[in-house]
Parts: sequence; structure tokens; C-alpha cells
Amino acid sequence: MNKLTIFGLAIVGFFVMVAVFAPMIAPYNPGQIDIENILTVPSNSHIFGTDSLGRDLFSRMVYGTRISLLVGFIAVGIATLLGIALGSIAGYYGKWVDTIIMRFIDIMLCFPTFFLILAVIALLEPSIVNIMIIIGATSWMGMARLIRAEILSLKERDFIYAERAIGASDLRIITRHLIPNAMAPVLVSITLGIAGAILVESSLSFLGIGVQPPTPSWGNILSEGKAVMGAGWWMMLFPGLAIFITVLGYNLLGEGIREKILKS
Amino acid sequence: MGKYIFKRIIGLVVLLLGITVITFAVIHIAPGKPTDLEAQFNPKVSMEARERISHLYGLDKPLHIQYIEWLKRFSRFDFGASFMDSRPVMDKIMERIPITITIELISILLILLIGIPIGVSSAVKEGSFYDKGMTIFVFIGFAVPTFWLSLVLMDFIGVRWGALPISGIKSLEFEKFGFFEKIIDISRHLVLPVLVSTFGGLAGISRYMRSNMLHVLKQDYIRTARAKGLNEKQVLYKHALKNALLPVVTILGLSIPGLIGGSVIFESIFSIPGMGRLFYESVMARDYPVIMGVLVIGAILTLLGNLLADVSYAAVDPRIKIE
Repeated sequence: MNKLTIFGLAIVGFFVMVAVFAPMIAPYNPGQIDIENILTVPSNSHIFGTDSLGRDLFSRMVYGTRISLLVGFIAVGIATLLGIALGSIAGYYGKWVDTIIMRFIDIMLCFPTFFLILAVIALLEPSIVNIMIIIGATSWMGMARLIRAEILSLKERDFIYAERAIGASDLRIITRHLIPNAMAPVLVSITLGIAGAILVESSLSFLGIGVQPPTPSWGNILSEGKAVMGAGWWMMLFPGLAIFITVLGYNLLGEGIREKILKS
Repeated sequence: MGKYIFKRIIGLVVLLLGITVITFAVIHIAPGKPTDLEAQFNPKVSMEARERISHLYGLDKPLHIQYIEWLKRFSRFDFGASFMDSRPVMDKIMERIPITITIELISILLILLIGIPIGVSSAVKEGSFYDKGMTIFVFIGFAVPTFWLSLVLMDFIGVRWGALPISGIKSLEFEKFGFFEKIIDISRHLVLPVLVSTFGGLAGISRYMRSNMLHVLKQDYIRTARAKGLNEKQVLYKHALKNALLPVVTILGLSIPGLIGGSVIFESIFSIPGMGRLFYESVMARDYPVIMGVLVIGAILTLLGNLLADVSYAAVDPRIKIE
């Protein structure tokens, strides 16, 4: 592994730790309103300062890490399951099944993803669960294409013919032999996908149609930062940096894995 | 070439039908009827308006008939009237589109003008200090959220420094300006949005250009060019660059949905009256007919962009026609 990959892994590990141990790390209750300390500059008692309701920004950022990572992981989990299922069915069965699934993917790719997400959110309520599902349901197409391409080349190999000769069912061949062998490029796609999902979630929350206050997320803290622009630089600096560093970490890790796979 | 274009147009019709099916499905995704939803979120909607939308979507009829009727209206670009001001949805979209497309086109031009030289020079100097610096720049470019970049630019350049306007595309006293002053005024308003939009696409194109160029430089014809004694400049810019540039056309086509989707973010931050902001406002107000109209038009724009990219690729690369 090169230095950049290790750096990426360190970032990813750091934020996962922050999310897991949030209650131990956060010095204050993230929802604790303190009207005597509104928008105070970072100091020893509030290291990231306080927001426009006097809540401790550091504690809100720590709990926001939980939300942002959770949305990222689950959304990508949904996308991965959908992508693997549809991609392997298309690749394995071929013919008209393949044609239909691939056409469907082409059609989905015509929509500007962000438009599609916003349109669906306008219909459903912007709850955390809905956001995970919507991001997942609009980002599986690349994954499906990857899996399909892998399976197309794998299914003509001798070990698959051998499996079929001993009477293994389609389901067994797909789930036990084809998918495990096609996982390497998917791993890269998952890592980069988490970065993408975190960006989408924070954009949505920033626009006010994602995670709803008072639940803290990096995006909606930044949105509060916009409202106090010029009066509280820390409200804009810290959440922005957190998103930037996290996304950078996943991208570096993903690129590192890609290079490793290409070499082997 | 004619046959290729014909094949593409048939494919286009299939995709277009698919777009209408998905949009139609999105309409019906909401629990209950769209009319209930509308009333629930927007108390201003009168009974009369509810009946109008119920009629517009033919909600009292079976699903397949609803779809066919919707398709008929769609073929006339009739998306009904906006809930907010009762104007036809298509009029509202058409007056917003030129602004969004202008910003996107300027950004695409800048992305190409900056991204291609960055990618090519990194590939030529592969492994150098410059190449490593550019790689870091590309990773930073991929990770910076555009909405954060917009805010930071707004705060520093607009609010603190006061060098550029931060909202809208015209000053208040715009009507009193002369012709050149008007152009300067609009340009000044567009600097920050264009900057943000350009930055968003720059990393992708320069990275792509770099790997293209690296790939081309390893080809046999480059070795041949060197072997017959051409100087390095001719090899790089006459033989390698031309071939490395071809696939960029396709990538541009693929990046259109991202650019259009991104317009929601910077247009709403900088209050640019384009399609992205119209969409955002409609989502916030649950202005249902407008949401559907913009969704379909956004997909059609993407479709046309992709078609244009593919056809121009086929036009410049003779290898495509054989297939």
C-alpha cells in the first residue's frame, strides 16, 4: 500500500471511531440549548464554538458524524444489493432478460440523479430512512454494469461448466461462485460510492430537504452556518472540513484498492 | 453514418418512452393520491385546484389509461399549470432554461480549456513533482463539496472583500445601464456561479485526459512516429494529442446529468433564476406539475447531450462507422 492509501484508511478509521464512540467523545449534549452562549468563538470550553442556539458545535459535529456515515453506509449497502442482484441476473441469463435490465439502466442514467432524488423527496417525507433508500435506489446502476461485465467473462470459465455438470442450480452458481469472484471491482465501487452518498446527503441536508434539525448532520449544520455568514466563521469551517476530509479519505482508499487490484 | 444516426434515433425513442414510464411511476410513488399529498402539505391549495390536478392526471381512471393520456399531453409538452402562480409549466421552464444552459456551456468550455492542458502535461511529465501536485489537486477537487465552496467564495469574495455580487444575475439598477454596462453587470454576477460549476467538473476531465494520454503514449504508432525521427513536440501534439482527445467527447456527454443536477445547488445558493432554482423552489413548495415537468425536461436534455456527443464522436473517429 502506498502512503496515500494508508492516509485514506486512517481518515476512514478515524471517523468510524468518532461515530462509534460519539457519546464518550462529545463533551456536551448536542441538543443542549444555552441562550447565554449564542455564537461564541471557539474557546477552551467550546473548542469548535457554539451555534445560534448556544449548542456546542463540537458535540453536534461528533453526533453528525454518526448520521453522515450511517446514511452513507446504508445507502451504498442498498445500492450494492440492487446492483449485484440485477447485474448478476442480466449477466448470467443474457438474452432478453439482459436486454431489459440494461435498457432500464440506460433509462435511469438519463435522469440527472439529483433531480430524481429531489422529486422523490418532494413526494415522501425527508426522513433519514427515506433518504437512505432514495440515495440507494438511484445509485446502483454503475454497480450493476460492473457485476454484469465480470459475470459475462466468468460464466464461460471451466469451473462454472464443472459446477453445471455436477448439477448445481443457477442460484448456487450465481451466489456461491460467480458473485464472490466478481467482488474485487465492486469493492472499489463501494468505497467510492460511500464518498458519493455522503456528499449527496450533505447537499440535501444543506438545502433543507435532507436530515431535518434538530438532528445534527454536517450538511444541516453548514446550512445554519450560511444563515449566520459573517458572524460565525466556525459554523462554516468545521462542517465543510469534515465533509471534505471524509470524502477525500474514501476516495484515496478506493483509488488505493483499485491500483492494488489492477496490479494483481 | 446515416445508418448509425438512424439506429441511434430508434434507441432514443425507446429511452424517451422509458423516461416517461419512470416519471409516471414517480408520480404514483406517494402513498395515497397526489391530490391528498398536495392538500396535506399546502393548505393554500383550494378544492378547485385539487380537482384540476385530479383531472389533469386522470386519477379516477385505470392506471394504463392514465399513462396513455399523460403520454398524449406529454407529446404536446403540456405539463399542466403551476400550483404557485397557475402559469403553464412549460412557459416557466422555457424562460429558465437559457440561463442554466448559458452557465453550463461557459463552464464546459472552461473545463476543457483548463482540464485538457492539465491532464496532458501531467501525462507527459508522468511521475514528476508537477504530476504529483496535479494528482493531489484532482483529489481535492473531487472531495470539496460544491455548496461549501460556494459559501466560502461568497463569504470571502462577496461579503468580506466586496469584489463581486453574490446573488441574482442583475443589479437593482440594471434597467438604467447602457448596453456595455449591462453585459459587464451580468458577467460580474456570473463569475462566482461559473467558477463553482467549473471547479466541480475540472477534476474529472483532467484525470480522464491524463489516463487517456498515458494510454495513447504507449501505442505502437507513437513508437513508429518516434522511430521515423519526428521531434518530441510533433509526436506529442500532432500524433498523441489528437487521439487522446477523441474520447473526451463521450465523457462530456456523460457529465451532462451531473452538471444539470449540480445546477440545483449553486443556483439556489447564488439565487440564479435558472432551471435548478426553479426545481428547488418547486420541491420546497411541492409544486407538483412543475417538479414533473422539470424532471422530464432534465432527462431529455441529458438524452440530447448524449446523442450529440455520440454522433460527433462517430463523425471524428472513423473506427466507429465500421461497427
